[in-house]
Amino acid sequence: MVESWVVATLARGLAFAVPLLFAALGELVAERAGVINLGVEGMMILGALSAFVVADASGSPWLGVLAAAFVGAAAAFFHAFFSVTLRANQYVSGLALTMVGLGLSGLWGKAYAGRPLAHPLPKWDVPLLKEIPWLGPGIFSGQSALLYLGFVFAFLLWVFLYRTRGGIHLRSVGENPAAADALGINVYLVRYLAVLFGGAMAGVAGAYLSVAYRPSWTEGMTAGMGWIALAIVIFAAWDPLRAVGAAFLFGAFYHLAYRFQAHLAPEFLKMTPYLFTILFLVLSALGKGVRLGAPEALGRPFVRGER
Amino acid sequence: MKLVPRPEPGVLEVLLVSVGAVLLAFLASLALLWLYGAPPWEAAAAIAAGVFADPRGFAEVLRRAVPLVLVGAGLALAFRAQFWNIGAEGQLLMGAVAAAGVALFSGLPGPWMLFAMGLSAFLAGGLWAIFAALLKARLGVNDVITTLMQNYVAIYLVDWLIHGPWKGKSAFGFAYTDRFPEAAGLPLLPGTALAWPGVVLALSFAALFAWLLFATKLGFEVRVLGENPEAARYAGVRALFTLSWVALLSGGAAGLAGFVEVAGTHHKLLAPLQISLGYGYTGIIVAWLGRNHPLAAALTGLLVGFVFAAGDVAKVALATPFQLVQVVNGLILFFLIAAEVFLRYRVVLGVRRG
Repeated sequence: MVESWVVATLARGLAFAVPLLFAALGELVAERAGVINLGVEGMMILGALSAFVVADASGSPWLGVLAAAFVGAAAAFFHAFFSVTLRANQYVSGLALTMVGLGLSGLWGKAYAGRPLAHPLPKWDVPLLKEIPWLGPGIFSGQSALLYLGFVFAFLLWVFLYRTRGGIHLRSVGENPAAADALGINVYLVRYLAVLFGGAMAGVAGAYLSVAYRPSWTEGMTAGMGWIALAIVIFAAWDPLRAVGAAFLFGAFYHLAYRFQAHLAPEFLKMTPYLFTILFLVLSALGKGVRLGAPEALGRPFVRGER
Repeated sequence: MKLVPRPEPGVLEVLLVSVGAVLLAFLASLALLWLYGAPPWEAAAAIAAGVFADPRGFAEVLRRAVPLVLVGAGLALAFRAQFWNIGAEGQLLMGAVAAAGVALFSGLPGPWMLFAMGLSAFLAGGLWAIFAALLKARLGVNDVITTLMQNYVAIYLVDWLIHGPWKGKSAFGFAYTDRFPEAAGLPLLPGTALAWPGVVLALSFAALFAWLLFATKLGFEVRVLGENPEAARYAGVRALFTLSWVALLSGGAAGLAGFVEVAGTHHKLLAPLQISLGYGYTGIIVAWLGRNHPLAAALTGLLVGFVFAAGDVAKVALATPFQLVQVVNGLILFFLIAAEVFLRYRVVLGVRRG
């Protein structure tokens, strides 16, 4: 009884967590470089649609995922151009991206709505690990390959951020771009790359929805997950490994919302990620000396030769 | 490419650049329609016929403009104070909830009913926004994130109400409340779906906010706080006090927009996506396009209202999906922030020297 509960919560929570994790990891990198992108939702939905279209036409779901990463990065390019090169207000530029993304996907997705995908992304069983009691059936069997890829990405990003020179450069651009510039780091280039990476990851997050989780295209299928990804970045204090935990936590809420709908209105459980984020922000602001971890220059455009 | 700062642009320059941005966005949208199978001249003709040649069509523009002006004028005030209120969508919904609560359960007679609905909607939207302002002023919590998260809390609250405790007895399988009593409906302009008191409300609030901003001490404090928070502190501006007022007013105006939507159009509380067609987010465009001037927001609100009405016409005449409106709005915003560059900087192309 208990075992089946734990297994189901683990398995379903993780399945819900995959898109949140990918989108959050991407946004985390962009924000570490000092650029906040409120366009996650828009890039995700464009990724979802393009993944479905390409997977449907080519018969290869992996090609779809690749296309989604490409389209996500292309969408992010606009945000990078507006916020980095033109120094526009980052909030406004990101919101515009979300609007255009949601609108365009609805416009061009009409023809694909309600059609099942013939060849979705396969599910994987991890040999040996799947034999572990409780954890095996919960984590290591019947999950999409993208879940494991997400774990790997989170770990690699952590290594990159904290253990490599490139990571130090990225973080310094987000903390103190003027100092980074003085050290010879190309602030604009780093910010562009970070935002493009964020877009690609958001695209993959969307692809997971349309070629793996529910292999079909529905308008608005991202359903606010892009905003939860933004919340996860804060919740995880801009740390990729903590993002895994936060994504699972919020994914589990989604699962529990369905599980308990007979006993508790699912709307309240769906509210929890948002409430938790506000609560977390308040608590960390109240705790004296607790550093939230937001990059110092987050949201501020960089102008060379100005402080 | 190099950007060199330049002096503050004049009114005419601002106007020209803004109009240019909107025109470019419209042209881009027509091109998009073409890809969708409707030649630009046909699309433009159909929209012009449906919106301008038909008085009911123009009433539709006004009907869409009312919530946009209310939200946009309030956001203009908020953005002036650097209160990044991205939560107008949630504040609008909370206003709709409060108005619906009064309509369904108070049993007030005649005009008292509408007055109580409006007042409670204003307070509900305002208090919903003040929460984020307090967190920002007292604890330094990021207002963008708080207001964004509050949007979803409001959305799920409405969802819960219409599926649960407020679900109408006559709604059967559908998720909405019972229909409001007669007294809770705003009067319509004869022959149209336009609740005219909404127009009065929107214009009054735009004027009120402009007066507050430019002719009162509070408005002065708002502008100082927004332009230079450091200087504001030395000048004795009470950040907490000022931000709270700004939040109450901008959230309140969004709440009123929710009241106008449920009392003027729907006459019941229904799914969040049906109450607001993204007016809370679109209001950001209205404010931005009006360069955060509440009176200008009345004009830009009308323009964006036209985009919504034109989207409805195109849906019928050209069989385009409604999402087109969102694309056009997003494009306006993109072109606008791109155009801003030319107002703030001199763009120097060529090899970088020195």
